[in-house]
Amino acid sequence: MEGFMNIFKKTILAVLVSFLLIGSSYADKIKIGTEGAYPPWNSKDASGKLIGFEVELAWTLCRYIGSQCEIVEQDWDGMIPALIMRKFDAIMAGMSITAERQKAISFSQGYADEVASLAVMKGSSLEGMETSEGINLGKKTGAVKKDLKTLTAALAGKTVCVQTATIHQNFLESGDVGKVNVRTYKTQDEVNLDLAAGRCDAALAAAVAFSDYAEKSGKPVVLVGPTFSGGAFGNGVGVGIRKDDTQLLNAFNKAINQARKNGDISRIAIKWFGFDASM
Amino acid sequence: MDISLMITSLPKLLSATVVTLKLLSLSLFFGLFIGLLFAILRLNKNIFINKFAYGYSYVFRGTPLLVQIFIIYFGLGQIEYFRSTFLWVVFKEPYWCAIIAFALNTGAYTSEILRSAFQTIKPGIIEAGKSLGISNKIIFYKIQIPVAIRQSLPAYGNEIILMMKGTSLASTVTLMDLTGVAKYIISTTFKPIEVFIVAGGIYLFMTFIIHNLIKFLEKKYSFN
Repeated sequence: MEGFMNIFKKTILAVLVSFLLIGSSYADKIKIGTEGAYPPWNSKDASGKLIGFEVELAWTLCRYIGSQCEIVEQDWDGMIPALIMRKFDAIMAGMSITAERQKAISFSQGYADEVASLAVMKGSSLEGMETSEGINLGKKTGAVKKDLKTLTAALAGKTVCVQTATIHQNFLESGDVGKVNVRTYKTQDEVNLDLAAGRCDAALAAAVAFSDYAEKSGKPVVLVGPTFSGGAFGNGVGVGIRKDDTQLLNAFNKAINQARKNGDISRIAIKWFGFDASM
Repeated sequence: MDISLMITSLPKLLSATVVTLKLLSLSLFFGLFIGLLFAILRLNKNIFINKFAYGYSYVFRGTPLLVQIFIIYFGLGQIEYFRSTFLWVVFKEPYWCAIIAFALNTGAYTSEILRSAFQTIKPGIIEAGKSLGISNKIIFYKIQIPVAIRQSLPAYGNEIILMMKGTSLASTVTLMDLTGVAKYIISTTFKPIEVFIVAGGIYLFMTFIIHNLIKFLEKKYSFN
């Protein structure tokens, strides 16, 4: 029995030590977390390999930093906690820079603009809403207020679907468009499915996420209303980094500067989005 | 550890517990009927009826509850013909999809629990009824069913607890139950440990209540 207890104790010790080693093994290899479910920002191909704008950009930035990298997958709703708990060292997952998130983590400078838009199925009563092309919620001008009023009237009592813990959810719950039934999903795929099934009157996400879905599924998804930016929608998409990790933050900022100057970000953006979303 | 977050999230989590309890009680209510029906079908001598009931419990006990919810919620929603039927009124709502999935799942387990309870009833009890001239129908309703229910109490108590924990999957189809709200709070505070500890504590407390309730019933209806 004593021999058994000894082995038992040793095993526990070995497991604990290996956990400690795992926790501190990122010194030379940067681990980057992404969702892999938000095309064309980041997704997976048929063989399960991570692809997309941010995956390609991550490899490019790593080259500029001059460090080895590993890209790991993480569910969206656990992204920031996973970063804080050191499962990886940086987030590149279409994550917009918002004041709320900045309370928990730091962001590099923005590398791309996420333009959000409402989408409905063809034939919806929300089609043909009369608003301006795009509104910036950072500046509440008369025109912006007028569009928000139009949206409030159109969306009253409607069910709008969004991915959970996103700027899109924050915006709908901010009261800027009155009281809407917000339904939240774990992934954008599920939002798309329920929009197509008719469970959602409308959905809100990155405009490119809807056009990507419409193209791949052949479903008649159409964008309506203005595109959104600023305010609750944050200031572009950046790399999320732990607050105490200023060294890595500086490295990413420098790499983004270089990649921008050499036209890498624009090139990769055009490849995946079809237009230059870099910033 | 952020104690103040645990305290401020408690009321929100408690009001979400009401949703969890609603889901649980409705699922158990429908599940008990389904279970009783299929337990009786299982005891039927007709091979087709018997196999049909067996197949139902085999499928629903042999697949994960999460898969069942996804098939009922996302799967059926993809079928265009299905969306044009009157059933869509019910299946359009995540709430009812969750209850249907839970009821079918717990119904399968309940049917097995009740079937084995029926089969362990001593023939002497039924014969005693017959010798008193009581009709088969009354023997079934007044003797077999009550005895079977008493027999199955401990196992059914476990099933209630399993189902209570199973309701946490409702959050995967957009419902704001206890787990759903916990995840929501985490998504704005980025502090999973604190919030999940409180949510876990509430689940544990519900288990405590259910466990003691079943124990009380077992004692009350004890044969000794």
